[in-house]
Amino acid sequence: MLRFVATRLGRALLTITLVVTFAFIVLRLSGDPALIIMSPDAPPEALAAFREAWGLDEPIWLQYLKYFTAILQGELGQSFRDGRPAIELVAERIPATLMLTLPALALKVGLGIPAGMYAALHRNSMTDRVVMTFAVAGFTVPSFVLGLLLVLVFAVQLGWLPSGGQDGWRSVILPVIAMGLGGAGVLARFTRSAMLEVLGQPYIRTASAKGVPWGLVVRGHALPNAAIPTVTVVGFMVGSLMAGAVVVESVFSWPGVGRLMVVAVANRDLAVVQCILLLVSATMVTSNLIVDLLYGVLDPRLRGTAPAGGGH
Amino acid sequence: MSEQALPQAMVAAPPRQRAAIPFGVMLAISWLVFMVGVALLADVIRPYGITTMDLRARLQPPIGFGGDWLHPLGTDELGRDVFSRLVESIRMSLLIAFGATIIAAVFGTTMGFLAAHFRGWVEQAVLMLIDFQASMPFLILALSVLAFFGNSLPLFICLMGLYGWERHARISRGLAIAANAQGYAAAVRQLGAQPMRIYMKHVLPNIASTLIVAATLSFPEVVLLESGLSFLGLGVQPPMTSLGNMVGYGREYITRAPWILLSPSVVIVLTTLSVSILGDWLRDRLDPTLT
Repeated sequence: MLRFVATRLGRALLTITLVVTFAFIVLRLSGDPALIIMSPDAPPEALAAFREAWGLDEPIWLQYLKYFTAILQGELGQSFRDGRPAIELVAERIPATLMLTLPALALKVGLGIPAGMYAALHRNSMTDRVVMTFAVAGFTVPSFVLGLLLVLVFAVQLGWLPSGGQDGWRSVILPVIAMGLGGAGVLARFTRSAMLEVLGQPYIRTASAKGVPWGLVVRGHALPNAAIPTVTVVGFMVGSLMAGAVVVESVFSWPGVGRLMVVAVANRDLAVVQCILLLVSATMVTSNLIVDLLYGVLDPRLRGTAPAGGGH
Repeated sequence: MSEQALPQAMVAAPPRQRAAIPFGVMLAISWLVFMVGVALLADVIRPYGITTMDLRARLQPPIGFGGDWLHPLGTDELGRDVFSRLVESIRMSLLIAFGATIIAAVFGTTMGFLAAHFRGWVEQAVLMLIDFQASMPFLILALSVLAFFGNSLPLFICLMGLYGWERHARISRGLAIAANAQGYAAAVRQLGAQPMRIYMKHVLPNIASTLIVAATLSFPEVVLLESGLSFLGLGVQPPMTSLGNMVGYGREYITRAPWILLSPSVVIVLTTLSVSILGDWLRDRLDPTLT
């Protein structure tokens, strides 16, 4: 078990290192930051001063080392635009984003998993078809189209809810629906196919043949086994708590991390972009790590050290 | 309209000896053929240039809402014909999605074959890259690259081409390893064939159907990604236009002229839906094990 945790932890750290390296390489490949920020016709002394201030005149490996240690110490540079530390700018946007993504996650899980389970248990019924139709629609309608349609109906036509901005609980409803419905569809599809796969297994037949009541078969045998692929998808959704709102935040002019990202990209405010990139990857890696550890809890066969061939 | 004749001809063409194509799949194929037709014939179909402004006919509603046949889908704030822009956007969005899907398929399959051929540290490196790609939200990676490099159409297509390569790489690696253990690959190797020849002429044709299904699964995702980025103003740049671009522009006029964003939205949804239906159906027929 200890080895299992250690390898997963090692892999998580490796991914973070890769992201940091990716950011560094892309940052350096993209050209001289001094020219990008200061414009090419700036006086050479100013350019040189800028390069010295940001450490751009040193050898590349030294820059990489310094870059790495700076990030380890939580120094992520300052916004080129207003000179404040990037990490501060990003941190103050996090609550607003979570205000949307947490309820959306609850909507996805609360709607998607039961719907998928119900559809699988009543395969080929009318309900199954309806659920699956909605599920397919859920991920073929992009969130910005759904969001704009919601605005058109509930804000413009009916005037029930605000069309954007952060203004009390009523302004949360439309963005959460726009974000959550698609995810619920994806989750319903996954849960359904995971359940169907498990329900076709011999051990389900054995349990039924033994005379175990169907409800118990589902709860005791089917659900735990179908949980693993579903947990993977939910884990990915938890990991995108920070990143998942980029488009929807823009539709609803919501002052969150995603909106900040879009503005920073448009302005090429590299420090802020890089800070968000690291924040997102850290969330993603953490949630992947938790999912990996959960696998070990859910399925003893995946612990690595346990003898193979056990279980059902 | 001349392209109306295309779908029927295409659908009727392959007479299948097995079960007939379901009605929904038929509709999906018809729509896709229609879209490809529109993209190919864009210059013939569209009545106006995409930047032609008619300032006396600004924000005209479409037919059925008080508009006339001069501008069947209405006009925007600058008096540009929405129908003409829609046709051009379909071409642009399909071009990007096809280009990106092909790049992803070629790149991913190559990586998968390399991993399967060399094994050892090459395989580990490819697997690490696959893990990295699969564990990061692609939108954030794409946004970072756009922030660092700025934007141009070739770069944008290549960037979209990075989407979904890991799916092809994973599949082709697994299948190539399996194929290497099978008689036919060993036989041609014994005959002295070069690795390149074994993979291109013998392994690839055997696993192509699975790779095609994988491509139909990532195609709609690329369309959504492209339209999402263009909607944010970070994808296709004006004066060029794409479906997401039109929606993003139409957002500003949602109260006064909702038709600007409605027609491209409908096209996006119908196209992604059609490819998904087609992909699901192909998967069920060719390779039910794929997820």
